[in-house]
Amino acid sequence: MMHHLSIKQLAQGLANAEFSASELTQHYLARINKYDAQLNTLVSNNDKQAAKAAADVDGSNAERGPLSGIPLIHKDIFCTNGIKTSCGSRMLDNFVPPYDATAVAKLNAAGVVTLGKSNMDEFAMGSSNETSFYGPVKNPWDLSKVPGGSSGGSAAAVAAGLAPAATGTDTGGSIRQPAALCGITGLKPTYGRVSRYGMIAFASSLDQAGCFARSAEDCAPLLQAMAGFDARDSTCVDEPVPDYASALTGDISGIRVGLPSEYFADGLEDGTRAAVDAAIKVLEQRGAQIKEITLPNTNLAVPTYYVLAPAEASSNLARFDGVRYGYRCEDAENLEDLYLRSRGEGFGREVQRRIMVGAYVLSAGYYDAYYLKAQKTRRLIAQDFSAAFADVDIIAGPTTQAPAFNLGDKVNDPVAMYLNDIYTIPANLAGLPGISVPAGFVDGLPVGLQLLAPWFKEGELLNAAHAYQQATDWHTQIPPAFNE
Amino acid sequence: MSLTPDQVRKVAMLARLKLEEPRVDEYARELSGILDMVAALDAANTDDIAPMAHPLDLSARLRADEVTEGDERAAFQNIAPAVEDGVYLVPKVIE
Repeated sequence: MMHHLSIKQLAQGLANAEFSASELTQHYLARINKYDAQLNTLVSNNDKQAAKAAADVDGSNAERGPLSGIPLIHKDIFCTNGIKTSCGSRMLDNFVPPYDATAVAKLNAAGVVTLGKSNMDEFAMGSSNETSFYGPVKNPWDLSKVPGGSSGGSAAAVAAGLAPAATGTDTGGSIRQPAALCGITGLKPTYGRVSRYGMIAFASSLDQAGCFARSAEDCAPLLQAMAGFDARDSTCVDEPVPDYASALTGDISGIRVGLPSEYFADGLEDGTRAAVDAAIKVLEQRGAQIKEITLPNTNLAVPTYYVLAPAEASSNLARFDGVRYGYRCEDAENLEDLYLRSRGEGFGREVQRRIMVGAYVLSAGYYDAYYLKAQKTRRLIAQDFSAAFADVDIIAGPTTQAPAFNLGDKVNDPVAMYLNDIYTIPANLAGLPGISVPAGFVDGLPVGLQLLAPWFKEGELLNAAHAYQQATDWHTQIPPAFNE
Repeated sequence: MSLTPDQVRKVAMLARLKLEEPRVDEYARELSGILDMVAALDAANTDDIAPMAHPLDLSARLRADEVTEGDERAAFQNIAPAVEDGVYLVPKVIE
């Protein structure tokens, strides 16, 4: 039952020759074969190259690191040399990149074995994984529920034990929200901590790569491998990368944990509130000092985001023109027709909505009223966090207002869908690191506890999550239908 | 703030998106709903607040003007929809 083991235990098993990297990879590939038809977590299967990569690890005499031979799934937003990278879109259904994203290259260098590429909301635009060209992903705890999004395939795959780890990206909550709804741990680092090179751009001032695993302890080596300066990403920050494993002392005595009153206001479902309250009690029992705080501009976060993110998306997605790569319409009458129909046919409805919102708020006469205004409200939100972190070390609250909702429930109501990210968007606007950890269940569906830390304090953030996970076992649970 | 179907057609043209005509009314309703939600920003007092372009307030980094990438032309043209003799093909633009 290798899929019950943590990454740390798997690395020990490999080091002690209890099993080989090839056996480990075959175990997970067999699980994908057995279960993924129910879940739809993968867009591309990489089984042949995975087998070879695992054999290479087995045959190598090089010193092994914590990720050598560990199987992993990449969100299909990361360019992978020679493996189709669709970004969940018809536009890139035929796109095979000739290069690796920096995050992919760094994980490869750390020895991971790539099992495949995961399903996702189209161009990472969505909170339910229902906007994918390849159809929705199902939540392994209840196949009638969404897994969250946009990194829904990665989250559902780790939750169902189809891989011990996966990558994701988080622009407004796309790692933390699906981690919460699928009952696993999801880490969004500080903006600029991980290179965006080769990660297909949605909203460049918000996008950040991160990871999924069962526990914070397992996220530490993943972040260690992914983080660091990259001259190929002009927004990547040149800050030293600390040793995250040594930050995991489990000691949180005396740390100050702030609870923002706005994250516990009306709209928070009762069962979720009870689970998060109980999680905060655990932090308190472990020695944390709990304080009430306020983030008074929280109500501006979703509206601010839905100006800035679509504006950046409309600009970023202008590159898809049917000329150099990606989808091209048939029988274009002229160049304009080629652009119009390649984009009209290649992009799905949610992507088109956001491109149009973005084009509108940037258009002549509206720029100041929308885009400039939202850049100013963004600063108000960031200032709330600066003020809060003068008094506390960690901010804690729910990741989402409620557990997973039904497939189909919100797909035709964009604004209702957007409000899913009410607790996760503020950290993207401020550029802060955040993590969602499993904190119990409501009617059999997982609930997430969200922790936020000051800029570049991923070590402290992981340690707070680790301290919580030392005292609880929510993160070790596997959905009953995928246990065997 | 509500968008008329004509405004939706105009913004779709700006974004070079061909919309199916029966969908235009639906888009007008959905985009209006999003702009209504965004209108909450009007009430925020942003006097003397500087716009924030980068979450860490860092400015764009400069680099030396040196060639760092090799010639990848063949690899890139290999994935293009239509190429001939090393150039990308598009419909005729000059009569």
